[in-house]
Amino acid sequence: MSPRAACRLETLGFERVFDYVEGKADWIARGLPTEGERAGERRAGHLARRDVATCRLSERVGDVRPRVEASPYGFALAVADGVLLGRLRRAALEGDPDRRAEDVMEPGPSTVRMDTALDALAERLDRRDLKTAVVSTPDGALVGVVRREELPTASG
Amino acid sequence: MASPARVDDVRRLLADGAQLVEVLPEAEYAELHLEGARNIPLKRLNAETTADLDPGRPVIVYCHDAL
Repeated sequence: MSPRAACRLETLGFERVFDYVEGKADWIARGLPTEGERAGERRAGHLARRDVATCRLSERVGDVRPRVEASPYGFALAVADGVLLGRLRRAALEGDPDRRAEDVMEPGPSTVRMDTALDALAERLDRRDLKTAVVSTPDGALVGVVRREELPTASG
Repeated sequence: MASPARVDDVRRLLADGAQLVEVLPEAEYAELHLEGARNIPLKRLNAETTADLDPGRPVIVYCHDAL
């Protein structure tokens, strides 16, 4: 739709027209400012906590383990340049401490966007019997973790 | 031909005074739109409805997503 609008504006004489192709979905998913009837709704990005343990791909598992033990979660997230690449569950951290994080991580963990509605997120976690959801931007950058216990119950 | 813009481009253009136009229907705009955007639905995009836009400043258009 926006390419046609951009073209139409040019035919109307506007010379500097830009098409934000990724549009509203991208903007909202990044938690950027919005207006409108639903602008005040709390979403996953509002509840995302930054206290999850993270590690580099090349880090020794033995160095990552203490951070996971000190965190409220049973896993660490592997990132490179801020982009989420993998998850290291506690069981994977119990092996050889000299292994590298990238050798034991589960690549491409599922994430939700910052604009995910809280009731929809709760339903999604309940359906999969999960206690946490990882929040990322459309570019894959790690935002944080939302806990199920902080989301609304099924009855609202 | 219009230039494609990514989010960083949009933010920079807005900081430089660009005009932001959502071309989705009114109901979708009313529900949620980018801060500072005005609404001119695609079906009503014409010389009359764009008369308030400044042709001397960049215009950024958007809809819901790329699909």
